[in-house]
Order: sequence, then C-alpha cells, then structure tokens
Amino acid sequence: MTTASPTYRRPRKFNQRAIAPWLFLAPGLFMFTIYVLWPIVQSITLSFYDWNGLYNKDGQFTGTFVGMGNYAELVSDPAFETSLWNNLKWLVLYMAALPLGLFIAIFLNQTVTGIRLYKSLFFFPFVISQVVVGLIFAWFYAPNFGLFYLLTQSITGQGTAILADPDLVTYGIIAAGLWPQIAYVMILYLTGLNNVAPDQIEAARLDGAKGLKMLWYVVLPQLRPATFIAVIVTVIGALRSFDLVSIMTNGGPFGSSRVLSYYMFEMALGEYGFRMGYGAAIAVVLFAIMMVFITGFIWKMWRDETER
Amino acid sequence: MVRFAKGTIALSAALLMATSALAQDKRVVTWNADYDPIPLAAAEALIADFEAANPEIDVQLNNFDHEAYKNAIRNFLTADPPDLANWYAANRMRPFVEAGLFADISDVWADNGLTDALASSVLSSTIDGKQYAVPYTYYQWGIYYNRDAYKAAGVDLPGEGGVSWDQFLQNCEKFKAAGIDCVTTGSSALWPVAGIFDYVSMRTNGYQFHSDLAAGKISWTSPEARAVFENFGKLQPYVTANHAAIDWQDAAALLVQGKAANYVMGNFAVGVFKEGGMTNDNLGFMVFPEITAGIARSEEAPTDTVHLTSGAKNPDDAKKLLAFIASADAQTKWNGAVGQLPTNKNASVDAADPFLTAGFQALSTATGGIAQFWDRDADAEYAKAGMEGFQQFLVQPDQLEAILERLEQTRLRLYPQ
Repeated sequence: MTTASPTYRRPRKFNQRAIAPWLFLAPGLFMFTIYVLWPIVQSITLSFYDWNGLYNKDGQFTGTFVGMGNYAELVSDPAFETSLWNNLKWLVLYMAALPLGLFIAIFLNQTVTGIRLYKSLFFFPFVISQVVVGLIFAWFYAPNFGLFYLLTQSITGQGTAILADPDLVTYGIIAAGLWPQIAYVMILYLTGLNNVAPDQIEAARLDGAKGLKMLWYVVLPQLRPATFIAVIVTVIGALRSFDLVSIMTNGGPFGSSRVLSYYMFEMALGEYGFRMGYGAAIAVVLFAIMMVFITGFIWKMWRDETER
Repeated sequence: MVRFAKGTIALSAALLMATSALAQDKRVVTWNADYDPIPLAAAEALIADFEAANPEIDVQLNNFDHEAYKNAIRNFLTADPPDLANWYAANRMRPFVEAGLFADISDVWADNGLTDALASSVLSSTIDGKQYAVPYTYYQWGIYYNRDAYKAAGVDLPGEGGVSWDQFLQNCEKFKAAGIDCVTTGSSALWPVAGIFDYVSMRTNGYQFHSDLAAGKISWTSPEARAVFENFGKLQPYVTANHAAIDWQDAAALLVQGKAANYVMGNFAVGVFKEGGMTNDNLGFMVFPEITAGIARSEEAPTDTVHLTSGAKNPDDAKKLLAFIASADAQTKWNGAVGQLPTNKNASVDAADPFLTAGFQALSTATGGIAQFWDRDADAEYAKAGMEGFQQFLVQPDQLEAILERLEQTRLRLYPQ
C-alpha cells in the first residue's frame, strides 16, 4: 500500500474532535476491558495450567504450567465428546423454536376480544425463571408421581422416566428449554407482524396470493429483521444452556446430559472438580464455538449497514 | 422518671464499656464452620463449656451455609484465615494440606494421648505421618429396613447380626414377587450408589482392597474388581428402577411408604425416615451382609473434622480448643445433641437411641477397618469417574466391559504406572 498523500496527514493535534469520541467511549471501554477482555485473556492463560484453585498461605499461585496438556486431554475425554454432541443437539433442536414461535405469533395476530390476555398467557413461560421451568419439568418427568411418567404408564403399561434414561435425557431437557424459548420467539414475531405493510398484503391479495404462498413470499421477507434476532437469541440460548441441565439432572445420569457450559462448571467449580485449568480449556473451546456464530452475525450486520 | 431513664442510659453505657473492655482482655480464637441449625446449637454449647473452663479465651464462631462453605473455604484460608476451620478427613483435606494451608497438629495429638483415644480415626487424620485434623464426629452406614415391608412380603425379619448374603438375595426375590423394591437408592447426586458399591467391594475383597482401589493401585479389569462387579450385578435387578432420576430423600420416601424394603444409607437418614412417620418399631438397622466368608468386617463411617489453619493468629489457644473438642466429655455432649457417634472411644452414646447404639456397636467391632466413603478415600476426580461408572452399571449392567475399560483408562491417566 502506498503512503497517503501528506496533504491529508497533518501532524495530529489534540483538538476537541479527536478527543471527544474517546472521552465518551472511555467509561464503556474501561468496563469492557476489565470485565470482558481481561477475563478472556485470563481464561486463555489459565487453560495452559494445571491448578486446583488454591493459593498457598503466602498468596502464591500453586499451579503448574502444562502447555497444551489440557487440550490434549480434552481430545481423548469421552465426557467432553458427549458434551459436544449434546451441544449440537441443543443447537439443532432449539431451532424448532422459530417455526413454532412464528406459528403461534400468526395464530395470535388477530383481533378478537381478550386477545391481549391470550398473548400474555402465551408469553408467560418466558417471564418465569429458567430455574422454575427446570423444576416444573423435573416434576413433570419425575418417576412414580410425575404427570408424564403416569401418562406413559397408562398408555404403555411401563412408565418412562425421561431423566433416568441416558438416551432420552437430553431431549427431555431441550423440550423444557423450548417452552420459554418459543414464547420469546413468538413475541419477537408478534412485534414484527405489527410492522408488516398492509398495502403489500392488499396488493398480494389482489394478485391472488393466499395461504402458504402469501406467508412465504410476502410476509416472511418483511419479517427478516425479526427472524435475524430470533436466530441470534436462539443460538445463544442453546449454547448457554446451563441452568436447566444443572437444575434437572446435574449432568446425569452418569454424565449423559452434560453440555459444554455445565461440564466447564463441573470441572472448575463442582464438588469433585476444582481443576481450574481444565475448566478454562473447556471455556476456551466454548468461546471459540460461540465466536464462529458471533463473527457470522457481526459480519451480516456490517454488510447490511454498508449496503444501505 | 426522666432521671431514671437517664440513669439507665448511663448504666447501660457503662456496662457496654465494661464488656468491651472485658472482651479486649480476652484472647480471641476464630472458628469458621458450616453447621446446620442442630449442630450449630451443639457447637455453641461446646464453646460455652470451653469458655467457662477458660474464661480468658473468647471463641468466635463464624457459621457459613453448608454448600457455600465448600467454595468459601478456598478463599478464606488464603485471604483471611481464621484460627480453626471445619473440613473433612482423609483425601478431602489433602489439597489444603499440600498447599500448606492446614497446619500440622501432631503435638496436639501427642500431648493429649489422642492416638489412643481416637484410635479409629488416626489413619484418616494423618498425611505423611503427621496429623492435620481433629475428628469429633462420625456416623455409621448400613442397611436401614422397613419391618412393615418385610411383613407385607412375608419375609422373615433379619436377626440381631443381620442376614447372610444368600439369604439377602433370596429375600430380594420374594420382595420382587411382592412388587416391593428390595434395595432402594436415589442416585441423581451420584454418591448414594458409592455406598452400595463400597459395601459390596469391602465384603467381597476386604478393607485393604477398598483402600487400594480408591488410591488407584488396583486395575479395574483385575479378577478381584470383576468379582466385585459380579456381586454388584446380583443386586442390580433388585434396585429401584429410575434411581438415577431421584434424590436420596425421594428414595427415603419409598422406604417410608413400604414401596421399598432396604436402604443402604448413612445414619443421618434416620431423621428423614422419622419425619416421614417411621418409628423405632418399624424402622430397623443391620450391617451389610457378609459376602466372602472369613473377611474381617469393615464399615463406612465418614468423619467430620476441625483443622488448625497455617495463618492462625492465635494458634496456642486454638490448640487448647482442639484438645477440648477431642475430649471424651465434649464429644459425648456434642454427639448426643446431634445424634451422631463420637470418635473418642471413651465417650458414650445415648443408650435410648437404637440406631446410635447399633452403629456404635457395629463400628467398635469392625476389625477390618473404618472406611471414609468412596468420595473421601479417592481423589475428587477419580471418585467422580468411579461413581459415574457405578451408576451406569446399575442402569446398564450389559455395559460392564465399556465401564471397566473407561475406569481403567481414567486410572492410568491419573496414576501413571
């Protein structure tokens, strides 16, 4: 690259225009550095150590440097593999929240008496805490007295305890997670539907479009911003699926419902863990996976803005 | 009236100054603990007794929530160490000992003749030949059974010394026919299955095997380990289905309701059984049946301990308190209030409590040894891998080879040969 012409590159002066943006950014940047960037650097550094979280009485760090040792161990760790697969199941199945949320939103997008009440009832699961959702579903699935267990018992004669079955447990938890997630996506689409231009609908109707065609060619394109946000929150929701796993199964039975975020917690802070370095290595992997999505989203937003 | 009020204020101010002056004269011992309400009251009574005997010392107990304590101790030992801290014996205290955070208190043991008085806990309090803990309470494990369930299934009640292994399995068959779970457990938190496994393991191969297995010295594919899983497998069909999804308290409900007959548990569960409506009349206790004839009987009895920290500001008085906690009188009183067993052999237990009496009897005649429990005898990571294996075996017994293979890999990684 050639150097810019000297007429544009005057020696920098600390004038108001150069300083002001940085002054305004400073508090945010300061917080971001301390609470986001610095911990990321620390986590990555820690992932090269074997450390049980203790300092000795003089306050000295007791860890030992193991290089890529933690990552080498991750590769051959069956529990890590299970967590990774489960994360993938979460990612794929969580996407079901989009069509289901859209369906409910379209269903509720009408004017009948009391529609506000129905809307708020459908939105209700998103308002309650994930912990409560987890508890409700844990009881729903509970062997011996859970509604689902009794239901399967009356149909098949043999009750199914989802949370005790290593093959079904992850799907059981994902179903619990979908309940509030669908409500979230629904509310996003409901606001989106408010902004659909009535004249375009009219025009399409005059041209004879109706039903699925109307939805696919006229309504959905106008809902693109809502869809974009819904995809983002669903992906993030799937990747940070920690609370439900922790509340409903503690990762069990024998670790079959672990996901990366829970495995990280288990290794670093769980009762039998306190392997800070190994936990940090899992966190770094999870961060790398999230970065793939985050980069994608940022790239798309940036492209949308520059095209305008 | 006004004058009187003024007088009161002056008097109370004077009193306040007097007490604070008094407190300043006293030497302070700080003690961080994680007691639930009942043990907390017992500990406060213990402190009151100690302060009465040592008026110049003021013990300040700082109580934490039980679960929060597990994380808190990792911070306060470095950042702001108290003089004394509660923790657990055996491998559980090893990380703190190795980081130099718990102080060597071999002198307290030597000066007070504790090696003799606390004989059953010497091993679990010792690391590399030095003592780092004062054990003050433990509780027995064993089989708690519901007499009503035995009657409902038409099974003879176990006698004084329990039943034989063959008899136990035959009983299980009868319970199964009657639609009652022979052995119940709730393993969603993993550790309850370790209790069953430990007993099968110790009854099959003895205490030393349990200890070596927990220390990673024995291969999971060895014939001895396979023998344990073979016996474990005999029990497997009779264990409550879906135990992996329920907590130990939920399984306790099954025993109380008579839907299950036996429960391999620790004595702390008696309170839960009784809250559920069981009484000394229909709740029974027996030791786990003998499997391999002639092996000295060993029992599980996890021990709770108090430790002197390396950063203690007043170690001399803290050691006095430790010696007091180890004494027979203090242990008799503390354990009597809490309903557990004293570790001091000269202490006594409440004769009116059949479970404590039976437990004291079972432990004092356990010539094979006292195990701490799988997750305290084994290193944390190894313990967890083991417990997941035990739980998986109880759910999928056909996966035995895969489980043993995985456990063996874990062992070779953690304990390179």
